Amino acid sequence: MSFWTRFRSNTGAMIGVVLLIAVIAVALFAPLIFEHSPWQMVQRPFLAPFAVDGLPLGTDTLGRDVASQLAYGARVSLLVGLVSTLVALLIGVPLGALAGFYGGYVDEGAMRFTEFFQTIPNFALAIVLVAIFEPSLASITLAIAIVSWPPVARLVRAEVMSVRKREFVDAATLAGLSKPRILIRQVLPNTVSPIIVMASLMVATAILLESSLSFLGLGDPNAMSWGYMIGAARTVIRSSWWLSFFPGIAIIITVLALNLIGEGLNDALNPHLSRKGRA
Amino acid sequence: MSVFAIIAARLAKAALTLLCIAVLNFCLLHAAPGDPAVVLAGEAGAADEQMIEQLRERFGLDQPFGVQLWKYVSGVAQLDLGYSFRQGAPVIELIADRLPATLLLTGAAFVISLVCGIALGVAAAARVGKPQDSLLTTFALLFYATPLYWAALMAVLVFSVWLGWLPGFGYETVGAGYTGMARIIDIAQHLVLPALTLGLFFMAVYMRMTRASMLEVSTADFVKTARAKGLSDAVIRRRHILRNAILPVVTLAGLQAGQLIGGAVLTETVFAWPGIGRLMFESLAARDYNTILGVFLVSAAMVIAFNIVTDIVYRLVDPRIGARA
Amino acid sequence: MSTLAIEHLTIGLPEGADRPFAVEDVSMTIDKGQILCVVGESGSGKSMTANALMGLLPPGVTVKAGRAMFESRDVIRLPDAEKMALRGAQIAMIFQEPMTALNPLMRIGDQIAEVFAAHDRFTQAERRKKALDLIREVQLPDPEKIIRAYPFQLSGGQRQRAMIAMALALEPKLLIADEPTTALDVTTQAQILKLILDLRARRGMAVMFITHDFGVVAEIADEVIVMRTGKVVERGPARAVLQDPQHEYTKRLLEAIPTGKLPPARALSETPALQIKGLRKIYRTGGGMFRAPREVRAVDDVSLSVARGEVLGLVGESGSGKSTLGRTAVRLVTPDAGQVLVGGVDLAALSDEDLRRQRHKVQMVFQDPYASLNPRQRIIGAITDGPIARGIPRREAESRARELLEIVGLGADAASRFPHEFSGGQRQRIGIARALAMDPELIIADEAVSALDVSIQAQVLDLLRDLREKMGLSILFITHDLRVAAQLCDRIAVMQKGRLVEIGTVHEIFLNPTEDYTRQLLAAVPGADWDNQKVLA
Repeated sequence: MSFWTRFRSNTGAMIGVVLLIAVIAVALFAPLIFEHSPWQMVQRPFLAPFAVDGLPLGTDTLGRDVASQLAYGARVSLLVGLVSTLVALLIGVPLGALAGFYGGYVDEGAMRFTEFFQTIPNFALAIVLVAIFEPSLASITLAIAIVSWPPVARLVRAEVMSVRKREFVDAATLAGLSKPRILIRQVLPNTVSPIIVMASLMVATAILLESSLSFLGLGDPNAMSWGYMIGAARTVIRSSWWLSFFPGIAIIITVLALNLIGEGLNDALNPHLSRKGRA
Repeated sequence: MSVFAIIAARLAKAALTLLCIAVLNFCLLHAAPGDPAVVLAGEAGAADEQMIEQLRERFGLDQPFGVQLWKYVSGVAQLDLGYSFRQGAPVIELIADRLPATLLLTGAAFVISLVCGIALGVAAAARVGKPQDSLLTTFALLFYATPLYWAALMAVLVFSVWLGWLPGFGYETVGAGYTGMARIIDIAQHLVLPALTLGLFFMAVYMRMTRASMLEVSTADFVKTARAKGLSDAVIRRRHILRNAILPVVTLAGLQAGQLIGGAVLTETVFAWPGIGRLMFESLAARDYNTILGVFLVSAAMVIAFNIVTDIVYRLVDPRIGARA
Repeated sequence: MSTLAIEHLTIGLPEGADRPFAVEDVSMTIDKGQILCVVGESGSGKSMTANALMGLLPPGVTVKAGRAMFESRDVIRLPDAEKMALRGAQIAMIFQEPMTALNPLMRIGDQIAEVFAAHDRFTQAERRKKALDLIREVQLPDPEKIIRAYPFQLSGGQRQRAMIAMALALEPKLLIADEPTTALDVTTQAQILKLILDLRARRGMAVMFITHDFGVVAEIADEVIVMRTGKVVERGPARAVLQDPQHEYTKRLLEAIPTGKLPPARALSETPALQIKGLRKIYRTGGGMFRAPREVRAVDDVSLSVARGEVLGLVGESGSGKSTLGRTAVRLVTPDAGQVLVGGVDLAALSDEDLRRQRHKVQMVFQDPYASLNPRQRIIGAITDGPIARGIPRREAESRARELLEIVGLGADAASRFPHEFSGGQRQRIGIARALAMDPELIIADEAVSALDVSIQAQVLDLLRDLREKMGLSILFITHDLRVAAQLCDRIAVMQKGRLVEIGTVHEIFLNPTEDYTRQLLAAVPGADWDNQKVLA
């Protein structure tokens, strides 16, 4: 069975794909769907959902359109999730690959470094970094990347070490290929599947991290985000619970979609289940 | 290697790690935009000219970088984490004051999440492919995707505001003047919602891990051996599969300790739980960097201590490690 | 009356498998005190038959028809509770992989005592005593210590003994042994086979012994059943089947088995292709702040040479250092001392950059056909990478690669395919083509046929023999299997614990070994006596 057949036969993964496509569509077309910017006051504050036509989710503490805020919030979540994961991969993959491939002192040094970052409570570090460097999309993305790369490095290192022991790597050495070339052309391509799986799950975690930072008031003041919405509505939860409720649902849907996709990828890329039933 | 040698080696490593974090803290203070002395003093006019001058002197801010670093790090080594001008107290005192509440909260959440997570994971693995398994895995997937602070808010809304079953705010009933057992019960009641919401996410993590690990181990050769001996499924699951399957969960739990403390910042913020997480949140708004970095250092120390404990537990459970290392 | 009678057993595979039945209409009987060998290559259904008896079939695999009568009950259709009571008490089983068949977190004594507990026999103290007795019976050293040991503290052979102790705990009437010696060294294998023979004699139990190795059959079988793709192709008393096989497939299997028949000696050239002088490699492991490292002398002062056009067999058990020697000779491992001279160049002394340019001189064919090709690279790439890195134009390298694929019997169209489209034997052919593409002075074959089924093994050996004749190849042939070495090699070198014990022509080593260890090895070869008869006949 090919990868696509396996992936498509996974109901959870397909639900995840549909949900994610919906979220991406909303993020992309937010300016077309909503005439008001998420910052613009459109009605009186604290309007309940469906109380006024055109404002299906009501208004927030400052009379802004909650539905529009949700749509624009999707942009921030997806953007920060994606970019921070890419940056984390840029740090983690080379570091893990070098450590796993060259071993010895390189490995020792790289792993001490990684271990150090893994010991530090990652959310606390993210808070410190964003607080010190002033909240902005760039500082948030970078902070999330800085706290997310250690697992990548460890995974890539473990994968590279296991692939490096396979005999085709010896064969490449005997063919007179240079070490960097063996690492890039022979070893790394065989570690791609687990990295893809991890990356898809990391985007989900990054979205949760971003929303948590925004919730604490460490969001970019110029970007509407789901965490900020919940944080701002926290004090009025008794009277206007929906202001906190809907952004939370948006986060859950997005994160769930990514997790489902990640699991589907994992099952499709590592089909050890299909090996059952041999004579 | 004897257990003591291992502990000694781990403690030495822990000290080194903390030293590195102190250096990192120092670098962060200097990387912050603005005059370090002003940064240290905190914003919002808490510091006057004279105080900033004092700070400059104390931290040798007019001296070379190396000297400053030495002063800072040796201060940390003597548990001097600086002074919070916002709160008008040494940071270490603020933290010591708040630490018990955090330890109580994270400890309770950890125990709940680990015990429930493993139990549910075992239950799901035993019924793999059946409706109960699907139900459990779906719930785990949902909790895994739910932001901690949102779950906390919703818990307050439902169980405290709407149903009125449990207190949703604070550590104990202020002004009630409970003592002895009554106070313990009062605190326990306040603890329920924060500990559960903090534990929920990690419970999902441990459950998924336990389930996967149980399924993986159940295909191992020695399980077939156990079956060939005529052991019952229940005995095989308990004695052979679970004991082996739990090792990776312990490892993961050790690695997750840091996240648990990160989660405490959010949970304590929502529930106004007077722990170091809440302290950090309050300091964020006040830009009280000394306190933020102090909490950061102490939380890292907690994680390190926790890792040493899990490491020792792991050695007790797995006979292979002590012999090999 | 027979202990076990399997009648018309048919086992169905799940949908989507390569064939509908794992086992089809198989019947067999085993009498009290008899050893029945079920012989077949991988995929023959021999293990499935055993698993069906134990109720250990994998999910999706089910018994479709037939029955298995044991003590006048059909064990296949017993209720689960009765099956459980039967397992371990009346029918016991031991497995192929002693390294993974024991629970790593439980002491050996507890794992044995657990059998008694499962069947509710004896008190705690008695269980312990019984476990000690069993450990003594399977001749494990220092029973008091073994009982408290964890599996990782035991060697492979010791673990298999512990497994046997567990199987014997409740004096079963039938012992099923599923390739129990395949993962062991020959001398250990010989000991375990002898133990099983002894126990059979002492306890009078019936044994169903599953194996792929006719040598083992010759050692222990009373009766033989030969299986192929789920069907029985031949059955009969061991002697009859071995000496006068009736079915074509059995004949092929027996012929394919490297027997002790020695090929005629060939005249060897004087010029050496490879000279190894005083080679040493020491591995240090463990060491840390608080303890001295453990030293293993993997290769300890070894000197030997391979003449141009010669095949030198390098034989030894696991841990003898034969593989390290091979890897040092191609400098995948850098030796601590000594020289590796190929065409006048000392590979051991070259710098990394110079080495890369000289790599082509010695090439290697690897053991695991599934690990020796990059799953993400087309065959043509695997073969031409080396020549292109040497500066041969791509077009030329590719046409040579196609030519080589023809020579190794695959056809040029194999070039554009990926490794997963090939079987194990075909992959080894690709590996050989890859080595030849570099025009090496010497090829090192490291257990190159060990992972293959015997009939495939024979084909690859034929290919190597053919290439030796046609191209005048020099080969250092590393193997644990003396029978294989005898078929192909001109001379044989025997290694033990890093040292070269003996080196001589195949005839010298097989007929007049001078060292005790060589004699031990020869005696341990399963079916050695039977082979000798053939040599004499």
